[in-house]
Amino acid sequence: MTQSPAPQTVESAAAPVQHQAVTFPEGLALDCGAVIAPVTVAYRTYGQLDAARGNAVLICHALTGDQYVAEPHPITGKPGWWEAVVGPGKPVDTDRFFVICANVLGGCMGSTGPREMMTDAGGQTRPWGTDFPSITIRDMVRAQKLLVSHLGIPRLLAVIGGSMGGMQVLEWAATFPEMVFAAAPIATATHHSAQNIAFHEVGRAAIHSDPDWKGGRYWEDGRIPARGLSVARMVAHITYLSEQALSRKFGRRLRGASALTFLEDVFEVESYLRHQGSTFVRRFDANSYLTITRAMDYFDMAAEHGGNLAAAFRGTGTRFFVASFDSDWLFPTAESRILVRALNAAAANVSFVEIASDKGHDAFLLDEPDFHAALGGFLRGAAERAGL
Amino acid sequence: MPVPDPSTPIRYVAKNMRLDLRLIAEMIPPGARVLDIGCGDGALLEHLTREKGADARGIEIDMAQATAAVAQGLAVIHGDADNDLAFYPDGAFDYVVLSRTIHAVEKPREVLRQMLRIGRHAIVSFPNFGHWEVRMKLLLTGRMPMTETWGRPWHETPNIHPCTLLDFFDLCAMDGYTVERWLAVDERGLKAPWERSIRLANLFGEQALFQLRRAG
Repeated sequence: MTQSPAPQTVESAAAPVQHQAVTFPEGLALDCGAVIAPVTVAYRTYGQLDAARGNAVLICHALTGDQYVAEPHPITGKPGWWEAVVGPGKPVDTDRFFVICANVLGGCMGSTGPREMMTDAGGQTRPWGTDFPSITIRDMVRAQKLLVSHLGIPRLLAVIGGSMGGMQVLEWAATFPEMVFAAAPIATATHHSAQNIAFHEVGRAAIHSDPDWKGGRYWEDGRIPARGLSVARMVAHITYLSEQALSRKFGRRLRGASALTFLEDVFEVESYLRHQGSTFVRRFDANSYLTITRAMDYFDMAAEHGGNLAAAFRGTGTRFFVASFDSDWLFPTAESRILVRALNAAAANVSFVEIASDKGHDAFLLDEPDFHAALGGFLRGAAERAGL
Repeated sequence: MPVPDPSTPIRYVAKNMRLDLRLIAEMIPPGARVLDIGCGDGALLEHLTREKGADARGIEIDMAQATAAVAQGLAVIHGDADNDLAFYPDGAFDYVVLSRTIHAVEKPREVLRQMLRIGRHAIVSFPNFGHWEVRMKLLLTGRMPMTETWGRPWHETPNIHPCTLLDFFDLCAMDGYTVERWLAVDERGLKAPWERSIRLANLFGEQALFQLRRAG
């Protein structure tokens, strides 16, 4: 990376937004041994829960996603992040299913996380900041379990998610198998690869090196580490796209010039990345980014089960739908195949497709008719089997 | 645009697939656990699930077919007989079906061994290379026979391991499999009346259908 984004004078995150949330005073015991109490889970729901409470579908969001899956985002005003998939008549049909999406533990859209307030040992009320404990994907799932039980749902018809959302789907199926009738881990993996950890570390290093980060205590003067967080987003964004997608969208085109002048030329792809970085800092918290990327890096399902991935799913009655995209190099098909083979070894009921797309990892969020047909068909089949 | 992978074999596409599958479906009792290798768009899986209450799953090498099957709510994975069977546990299925595919796999003997490891019974169908028309064409023209069943020239066929009924009986004997049932059928999937004589069936049967189990 040779280019930093233009210096920004973002004084603070956007004005506080009220999120729908539920607080559990008893809190949550984490994998690291700490207990967070109370713990708050912010969430959104779409559609109607049926009388038998059997039509609930939980959507798990990715690293920088949130609970606003199928409605305009309260800060950016942009459409929900998965409106292509979730909504009336969509593959996850909100006319039929009761859809729940919760902001992950450690997130920054209303669930307990580094930006939320806590009372420290000295009795002072301040944001958690970097004192927020280390969390795991399984901790996120345990927080969602509190919410699902609070909503009075004994069993989820399906748990669906892509990328880090897919990791949560796998943890749901392994940790609470009796509560998961069907599971759809998409564009994901059973562990975070060394390459993915490396990319995350570049992002974290960018945040750490921003003077405005101030060891994580940036709330004290209200200046957020916008430059560091923006660079982290730019790096990550490259990993979400494919080489073909970047070539198709931008090629070597310049902004405002038809040929190189060697005078402050800006390639369109640079301009695009800067835009991605600068809009991201308006809605996301740097300490949350550090916390959640770490949780992804820690993720290793086989290690959680004595080195045997199939043991995570032994005896499972859950039906699985695994999907990957052939141009995704962040969570390549080979990773999904490892999962599928472990599920086969556990004699699980599993469907698996690799979707042809040149859009890279982001393909799971975009208009991919084959993927939508397969996911929708899987869900209809599961609903039929569940007697819906 | 993604370029088609030239290493992906062209699947042998059977004519009158449904009749062939009907014969196979008749061999499978209700409620069985079934794996259909090379399941195509899942016609057999659909039938076994709906009509027989089977727990039916599939493997399909062609991505478009696999996606179509999954979109119907069927438990199908994209994969192939040569590489994916090893990952299933012993005795996971009552029946493992390989319909008109064994002559197109890399290692037929190993595939058969895996089928009878993960399943109690194997059902295998294949086009019979011992059919009189094939024999006659080779004898009279001196060229690789091309018939309705063997419809591609030798340099384009995915059917790399053709065999005859007699060859298949020999393989079963060599590897210790018991032939529980066998049928020779014509191209339309109708049973042919040569069941008394394997030699006549090997001459007149266009398709062969076997049900096997491990001996002992």
